Amino acid sequence: MPGLFIDVQVDPATAADPELASKLAEACPVDIFEAGEAGLRIVEENLDECVLCDLCLAAAPEGSVRVLKLYE
Amino acid sequence: MRFYEYEAKKLFEKRRLPLSPRHVVHSAKEAAEAAREIGGSVVLKSQVLSGGRMKAGAVKFADTPEEAAAYFETILPIVVNGQEARSVLVEAKSPVAQEYFASVTWDGRRKQPVLLVSDMGGIDIEEVAEKHPEHLSRTHFSSLLPLSPRIAKEAIAATGVSGSALNRLTPIVFELMQLFLDFDLTLAEINPLARLEDGRFVVLDGHVDMEAEARGRHRALLEELGIGEDETRQARPPTDFEIAGRQVNEVDHRGVAGNVVEFDGDLGLVIGAGGGSLTLFDAVRKHGGRPANYCEIGGNPSVSKACELTKLILAKPGVKKIAVMMNVVSNTRVDIVARGVIKGCLESGKDPAEVIAIFRIPGAWEDEGFKILRKYGVEYCDRSVSMYEAAGRAVAKLGA
Repeated sequence: MPGLFIDVQVDPATAADPELASKLAEACPVDIFEAGEAGLRIVEENLDECVLCDLCLAAAPEGSVRVLKLYE
Repeated sequence: MRFYEYEAKKLFEKRRLPLSPRHVVHSAKEAAEAAREIGGSVVLKSQVLSGGRMKAGAVKFADTPEEAAAYFETILPIVVNGQEARSVLVEAKSPVAQEYFASVTWDGRRKQPVLLVSDMGGIDIEEVAEKHPEHLSRTHFSSLLPLSPRIAKEAIAATGVSGSALNRLTPIVFELMQLFLDFDLTLAEINPLARLEDGRFVVLDGHVDMEAEARGRHRALLEELGIGEDETRQARPPTDFEIAGRQVNEVDHRGVAGNVVEFDGDLGLVIGAGGGSLTLFDAVRKHGGRPANYCEIGGNPSVSKACELTKLILAKPGVKKIAVMMNVVSNTRVDIVARGVIKGCLESGKDPAEVIAIFRIPGAWEDEGFKILRKYGVEYCDRSVSMYEAAGRAVAKLGA
């Protein structure tokens, strides 16, 4: 189920990079990212838990991760 | 948390308060043996976490061990105010000349303990306060400064007690005050405190409540009394609604959304923050509102936790609207709570704009929270609206 309040978009190249996927999974305090063999998975049920900490933005190349506030 | 009478008396023993010989028994055979060992007449008292035992017939006097055994069978099954008996206390019957009352409780308004003393014990103290106020003294004392027996003596003397009785009562009342402080009690009461025909005083019955938050500090005492960690010792068993509320809090470690207590009103409350829950609950009632529940949220609960709590409250039969109100928050985020309650409303199939009577949580990330509330058309207010006023608005909306 997608988030009601928050959406997160990741560039396909970043999502496919196992190292970046692991970094994102480790950085997010509310487990929005999950790193697997197939690359990065967005855990949709956790999207609304996003605390807007921007750690994911810092963990990935600039512009490759976008956090969208769906209420704006 | 409440203590049974026999536990209260074990506490009294720690301060060497005068008590009669007694035994806790669990069978008619034990009751007879206890009566035989004590000798003479005994009183059998059902051990329940409630007052009103005498009126319910759960207190009996026996002159022989056989009678004690028979009365055990009579009183054990009696349910007093919804409370089943755990055991029976068999105690020596005392030749009473006069009954007194002594109690220490917490005065929330003065933020100090208050000592109540009366020379008219054995009956409801409220009745004494109403009909014989000159026989009841109220004395506040500091919980920080060292205690002095002088405070107890003056409180007793204020009820007209003098001479030998005053001298004998003073150390008992003083020790009760000390007990109250030592064990973080919210109530330490002796009623009746009897003066016997020979002039001695003895504690006939006692009530003790401990602050639930202090359980950790008194783990050794609770272990000594055999009180398990799962024993909540509240005035009644938890309802299904309250058990579900506890589960909401326990499944997610983030923040607090707990202490859910069920009431029979129509306004659901999602409230909290630094004493805010109590203030807001009282404010709703002051405005004539009927809360459907009490609860405490704080410590930045997750969205899912606030969502699940909201769903639980909205699912409660009779709830027409909810009021989401907190004190000014610093360690709880307004936007996170806003997301949670709105999500809870939507997942319950309800329009947040309709079902949330008021959202009054000012503080951390409030601008972000207010954006969310605006998007869903929820009425909200900031700290310029007092908690009291917000509660009034919620109650008014329910009547509209």
